[in-house]
This record gives sequence, structure tokens and C-alpha cells, in this order.
Amino acid sequence: MNQGLISEGLIGAAYVVAAVLFILALGGLSNQEKAKRAIWYGIVGMALAVAATIAAASAAAGIGQYILIGLMVVAGGIGGSIVAKRVQMTQMPELVAGFHSLVGLAAVFIGINAHLEMVRALAARSAGTAGELAGFAATIAEKTPIELSILKVELFLGILIGAITFTGSIIAYGKLAGKLSSSALTLPGRHLLNLVALVACFTLGYLYLGGAGLWTMILVAVIAGAIGCHLILAIGGADMPVVVSMLNSYSGWAAAAIGFTLGNDLLIVTGALVGSSGAILSYIMCKGMNRSFISVILGGWGGETTSAAAVDGEMIAADADTVAQAVSDADSVIIVPGYGMAVAQAQGAVSELTKKLRGQGKSVRFAIHPVAGRLPGHMNVLLAEAKVPYDIVLEMEEINEDFPDTDVVIIIGANDIVNPAAQDDPGSPIAGMPVLEVWKARHVFVCKRGQGTGYSGIENPLFFKDNTRMFYGDAKASMDALLKQLD
Amino acid sequence: MKVGAPKETAPGEARVALTPESAGRLQKLGYECMIESGAGAAASITDAAYEAAGVEVVESAAALWNGADVIVKVREPTEDEIDAAPDGKTLIGFVWPASNEELLEKMKAKNMTVLAMDMVPRISRAQKMDALSSMANIAGYRAVIEAGNNFGRFFMGQMTAAGKVPPAKVLVVGAGVAGLAAIGASVSLGAITLAFDVRPEVAEQIESMGAEFVFLDFDDGDGNQQTDGAETGGYAAPSSPEFREKQLEKFRELAPDVDIVITTALIPNRPAPELWTKDMVEAMKPGSVIVDLAAERGGNCTLTEADEKIVTDNGVTIIGYTDFPSRMATQSSNLYATNIRHMLDDLTPEKDGKPVVDMEDDVIRGALVAHEGEITWPPPQPKVKAIAAAKPKKKEPEETPEEKSAREMAELKKSLNRTGLMLGIGSLLILGLGTVAPPSFMQHFIVFVLAVFVGYHVIWGVAHSLHTPLMAITNAISSIIIVGALLQIVSGSALVTILAAASVLMASVNIFGGFLVTRRMLAMFQRS
Repeated sequence: MNQGLISEGLIGAAYVVAAVLFILALGGLSNQEKAKRAIWYGIVGMALAVAATIAAASAAAGIGQYILIGLMVVAGGIGGSIVAKRVQMTQMPELVAGFHSLVGLAAVFIGINAHLEMVRALAARSAGTAGELAGFAATIAEKTPIELSILKVELFLGILIGAITFTGSIIAYGKLAGKLSSSALTLPGRHLLNLVALVACFTLGYLYLGGAGLWTMILVAVIAGAIGCHLILAIGGADMPVVVSMLNSYSGWAAAAIGFTLGNDLLIVTGALVGSSGAILSYIMCKGMNRSFISVILGGWGGETTSAAAVDGEMIAADADTVAQAVSDADSVIIVPGYGMAVAQAQGAVSELTKKLRGQGKSVRFAIHPVAGRLPGHMNVLLAEAKVPYDIVLEMEEINEDFPDTDVVIIIGANDIVNPAAQDDPGSPIAGMPVLEVWKARHVFVCKRGQGTGYSGIENPLFFKDNTRMFYGDAKASMDALLKQLD
Repeated sequence: MKVGAPKETAPGEARVALTPESAGRLQKLGYECMIESGAGAAASITDAAYEAAGVEVVESAAALWNGADVIVKVREPTEDEIDAAPDGKTLIGFVWPASNEELLEKMKAKNMTVLAMDMVPRISRAQKMDALSSMANIAGYRAVIEAGNNFGRFFMGQMTAAGKVPPAKVLVVGAGVAGLAAIGASVSLGAITLAFDVRPEVAEQIESMGAEFVFLDFDDGDGNQQTDGAETGGYAAPSSPEFREKQLEKFRELAPDVDIVITTALIPNRPAPELWTKDMVEAMKPGSVIVDLAAERGGNCTLTEADEKIVTDNGVTIIGYTDFPSRMATQSSNLYATNIRHMLDDLTPEKDGKPVVDMEDDVIRGALVAHEGEITWPPPQPKVKAIAAAKPKKKEPEETPEEKSAREMAELKKSLNRTGLMLGIGSLLILGLGTVAPPSFMQHFIVFVLAVFVGYHVIWGVAHSLHTPLMAITNAISSIIIVGALLQIVSGSALVTILAAASVLMASVNIFGGFLVTRRMLAMFQRS
């Protein structure tokens, strides 16, 4: 390899430091205070890695390439900063999904580039001009035939995963942003369709390994893109947290595969970190819904509600006055937020309500179900944005036992996560899913737009219970009305 | 008809079965009321008060027995009283038919209708006339007061300028009505209160009163730890010898530690079980107090002497009074008279002042011990079970230590097997890879596997609430792919350079966007 501004050893050192910094950045998220510092580890690590890489490439790079890199980084930086500044906290899920698509597409591009460079390097090698090659091509020129086969496998995997991540994330973005219908698309024979497409990809990969040209990889990218589209289209809205974390994981694996292709350990380490992080998040989300990962990936709730027991009784509505009365009489209040709070942007009003009630000496806490919202930890971020102190925001396991001693529970735009059918009705599609046991509290108020079922389309017997009152209306309007009554 | 309450003849009995208040209610039921002069005096109720309530005050017991149709009493009548009584009267009061069979015969001979307040079945509907409970409640409270009266220290721990006072430790044995009342009184006086009962289902009640349930590690082989009392109408049943042994062992362990012991263990129609033996008394600290609420039935404590307060050689006071309710005569008369009034209420469905004995009524049939020249005791099984028999226990039977260790071993083995299997398969796969892959690949592969493990451990430590920032930051970090693009941008091929430049652009968006959004989010998390 040609000598750059700095030696190979120094680059390696910079990469090690960057990898350590990334690990520290992720590890620092174990608590809120440390996390604010941890982010700097990530930023410094990234800067270090980019700087070292650019310095390494300097021997071969001309001034034109520097300008190009500079332009791209600045343009990307400006674009990214604007998006980051403008985005509403409620739009976090779609933002994260959108970002993932970029990583996926970049992985596809880099994979295709790797192929082009490989072809060029091999041609140069056979022509005896390998010494003139620069950058990545120079590395490839030194590879043995076995190493080249492995390179092809890695390249194939990088493109496959990258393409699935790219289109999958775009579809996820569309669904989360409300630009696409969030209901699950169920084509006839969809599993077979996926299987056939996947087999086609691997066949093409095999052909590629046997010496077929670039067209196989482009075809793989296209077919994988179709798989990504179809896979995410088939997943219903309520499963979105799993999807987003799964795509997060894929973007990591794509980076790791590219790292193998390029022989770059930093990419491998970082890709593996991100990949396992996303995988664990998906696992946590799946456990939160008592669903297996496979069943989530293979598609939505798809009309399985037939066996669920019908619910007798009627929902009793309450007005803001009644709710205010009950809340004023209560000593302890637990608020259970869901996606509806995010949609209505009600977190500010909820925060104000919390402040008011706490000011009156009441105990007010928040109960967060692992899959509340459309992104892992979605509710925490929204409440934090609205300046709700994080030490009164509790996880399901921490608070579930406290419901029997609670006077009033206010449910804001949540449905499935408080559905007692998960515990009582073995025929329910969500049977066995851990839920917040809100019905054990003395009074339950459900703030909800209408009488319809939730995202999963499952009837909720909670709404028919004797101690439950429905507080109909847009979450924000309802909270504002409630605040007025409490004055 | 006339309801009359004679003066109690039992020595020391201060209660009375009729109060001015209950008389007022009885009059509404259509009864006329009479009272023997001075009957309420010991309970601080004057004849004048009765007269003011419209109760006829008669001078002698004989006049009352003759004049009233329904006689209400607290204690069971003496044989002399029955002998002197005219035929065909209705009597309501404590009778204790099991131990008073001769008396029962006499009452039968007199053709009396006798309702025993102590035989009222324990069903929800009859709670308002459950005199045993209302008296037990008073006894439990009074037991704590008597104990305090004979105990030389505070109940509540205090830090005073004159030194530190440790809290008293009270053990209540038997958590029936009396036991629970004692627990309540003791807890509210500030003592550390422990409570024991053979019925495990009362543990919750005990804890709800603020006392600590003394748990007995016992298994009778059927998976029951402490015996289940629901079958016997909420009363305790005799324990097996093994259980008793275990129980005594526990008490022996507690004896040197506790300052006050209140025993309330009674088994229906049996002598009181002996639970606090001589050696336990000897093990107690001087100045300790034992209040034996079961003294009347032989006492739970071996050394108890009924109706006496004794002090043992090692300075332990043992109180064996049997008249705790009577010691609070005003309170207990009020409650007892109310119980009687409720009984008469049930006996008089028409509210016309005429008692009707309805043999179909579980409560009346249960309490009825003599009627129309027959002894109707013991009553048939009530139709309604006293307390719904405990549902089949949902929780797994407690396992013995051996079973537990065996199960844990099996689980460990299983998980070891699984781990072993996974490791085996994983190692084989990697070995297989190693045979074909060149060393340069294996080096990267090691790095990859280690990074996955590091990631796994690091991510489990991430707080739930920070999952969204985690996603945003991993998103930014995954843009490390920019490094790959940077390496490729230096290329002789224009296409490669363009694609690489596009990748750099996209990755940059991600890096800046991801980190900035993460920072924005993290800055919002605030402590209260």
C-alpha cells in the first residue's frame, strides 16, 4: 500500500481509538447523566476515523478529490443539521427510518464500487501495471484467488443487506410519516414470494462467485430492494418498533459486511456494534409484545381476531369535569401514554398537568410499556421534550405492581398495551403479551379519539369495565380542557 | 310481645343485653321492653336512662322472667334461673350448648325456645348478629390495654433527651377477630407486632393490619404449609402433631425476644390448644407480659390460671382474665345489645312484635338450640358455606430444598447443554470456515465476533428510556461506512468516484443528523 500522510500503524491506532470511543458512547447510554457525555465520545471517534482515513488516502488523492470530499461532507453536514434541527420529537421514528435508508444505499454503492475496483485491479494485475493503482484497488490487486472469492461473498452480502435496508427503511419511513397506509399488506402467497426472491438472490450470488459480471450484483440489489419493500409493507403499524430496530440492526450488518469487503476492522467493529444493538432492541420489543421475531418479520396481525371473545357491556363516557373531579380527589395518579399522545402532540399539555398535580402534592408517575409508540423509548423522549422529569417516568416492570394502590389512571392514546384480554382471553391475538395492569386501579380514564379499536384492531375489554370511563376527544384538546377544569 | 333483660347473675359480669338505644329500635319492631332495675348499672346505664327510652323497669328478676316473653341475656342462665322460670319463654343469649348439656335438658323440659348467640353461623348475612366477633374485638383491644397496664415500658420506641427507648415487641398468637383487634391496637400504640396463625390465608389480613406474619416452614406432604381454615367456617382446626411441634419450636425461638405475648388461639368446641409452654415462659425476659385470651378454655399458656393474674418466679406476668369484654362493659353492652337487636330483627320479619322461628333460615336454625320441647342442637350443615372454600391454590406447591436444588440442577444442566450445543455448533462452523478461509479473513472474523459480543454486553446495559437516543446514535455511528467510501473515492474510474462521492454525501447527512438529533434528545432528559 502506498504511504499516505501518516503511516499504516498510525491509522490502525486511530481506528482502535475510534472503536473504543464508539463502545464508550454506547455504554454511556446506561444512564441519562452519563449519556450527555457519551455522545461526545461518538463524535470524537467519528471525527478521528474520518480524519485518519482521509490522511491515509492523501498519497494518492489529488487536490480535486479533497475538494470533492470537502464539498460532499459540507453539503451532507448542512443537510443533516437542518433535518436534525427541524425534526419534531414526535417524528423521531420516521427520521430514524429515513436515516437508515441512507446507510443502506451507501452500502449498496460501496459494494458496487468494490466490484468495479476489483475488475480494474485484476485487469491491471494481468496487464502488469498493478503498481500504478491507488487506494482500494491497490489492496485488491494483492489478493489471492481464495481471498477474492471471499471478497465476492462479502460484497454480495453487503449489497443484499444494504438494498433490503434501503427500500425497507423508505417504506418504514412512508408508513411512519403517514404517507403510506400503515395497515399490513397481505399479498397471496407472500411467504412464497419472499422465498423465491431470496433464492433468486442467492442463485445470482452463486453465479457471481463463478465469474458472472456486474449485472448479477445489480440484479441482486434490485431483487433485494423488492424484498425490503414487500417485507415492510406486510408489517402492521403496531409492529413498527420492531421494524425500525430491525432495520437499525441491518444497517449495522451491512456496514460490517462492507468492512469485510474492504478489509477494514473499524467498519467491522462498528457494524457489529450497531448490528447487535439493533438486534437486542428488536428482541426487547418482541418480548414486550410476546411475539416471536420471525412472526413479526413475516407479517402483520392479519385478521386473526376471529377467536377473540366478544365483549359485552357498554363504554361509559365522561367529560372533563368528571375527570377533573376524580383527579382532584386522588392522591396518586399514573399516566399511561401511547402513540395517540405523540400524534396529538399532547406531551406539553400532559407535562403541564403533571406539574399542576405535583404542585398539589399528589404523586404523579408515568408508566411506559416497552412497545408504547412507534420506536423503542419513543414515549420517554417525548416526555423528556416536554420537561417531565425522567425519575417519575417508570418502566412497566417497575410500576405494574403499584396499580392496585393507585387512585386514578389516565390513559392517553394507548390501547393494546393496556388490554386485559392479553391476560384473560387465551383466544385473543395478543394473549400472553405483557400489559400494564391499569384496570386494577380505582378509576381509569381513557383519553381516546373515538370508539374504534387500536392499531392492532383488537377489541379492548378495559373500555367496558366498571371502573373505566371514556374521555373522548383529541388528546391535546382533552388535556387542555382538563387543565382548565383544574384551575 | 315483651323483651326483657334481667340483671346478669354471673359474678363480675358487668354487661347487659339491652341498652336504651337498642330498646328504641326494638320498639320500632313492635316489641315492648323491660329491664330489671340496676341491670345496666355496671355498664354505666342508669334506670333513668332506660325509663327515658320507654323501657319498663321492674324491681326483681322474678318479675321480669314472668313479665317478658323474650328474655335477652349475656351469660348462659344458671340452673336456678331456669328452674324459677315459667314455661314457654324464648331466651336469647350465650348458651355454649356443647358444654352445657344439662342446662339444655332443663330448658327443653321448660319448653323454652332458646337461641344461642354463640351458635350464629359465620356467614356474611349474619355478621351483624355475630356477638362472638364483636366481643372478641373488644377482648383483643382490651388484652393489649391490660398488657400495657402490666408492662413497665413504652410500646413505641422513642429517642428522648433522657435516652433511647426501644419499641416493645408484641407477639399475637391466633389471628381471629380478637387477634386482629389486638394486632391493630398494638400496632397503633407503636409496638413491633408479630402475629402467628395456623391458617396461611390470614397472612394477608395480618400484614394489612401492619404486623409481620410469622411464617412457619412446614409441609404436611400435601403441599399445605399451614392448615387451611376455610373449610371449618373460618375457625382454626386442630393441628397435626408434627405441625404443632414445628410451631412450638418457632415460639421457643421467639420467646426470649418478645416482651408481650397475646394468645387468642381457640378451636371450636375443644379445650384451648397449649401453645406457650412453661419453658417458653421461663425463657422470657423479666417484666414480660402474657395475656391469655383463651384462659376460659384452659388457656394457651400452660401456667395460665383462669381469672387470675400471676407473676412467675422469673418475673413474667401472666394474665388469665376471662372477662375482658365485661371490663369494658359500656362498649360491649352497646355492641352486644345491637347484636341481639339484629337477631330479633331477623326473628320478626313482619315487624309486628311477634318472633317467628323460621327453621329454613340458616342463621336462625343455626342459633336455635331448643325449640318446642326438642333439643335442636347441633344444627344441620348450613346450606350456605361459611366462607367459599379456598379456591384451588394457584401457586405452585412450595418445593422442598431437595426438590428445589434438583430442579435448579436440571435447569442448569439444560442450559449448560444448550450452551454446549450452541458452542459446539458455532465452533464447528467456525472451524469449517477456517479450513477454507485464508488467515487474512480469519483475522477480520475474530474482530467481528468479538465486536458482536462487546455490543451484546454493552447494549443490555442501556437504560430503557434511552432506547430512542440509542437508535439515533447507532444510526450516526453506522455511517462509519463513510470510511469505505473515502477509501474508494481515490480511483481511476469516474463511475467509482461518483458513487463513492454520493456515499460520502449520504453518510455525512447521517453522521451530522444522527449526532445532532441524539444531542438534542439527551439534552431534554432532566431530573426533577
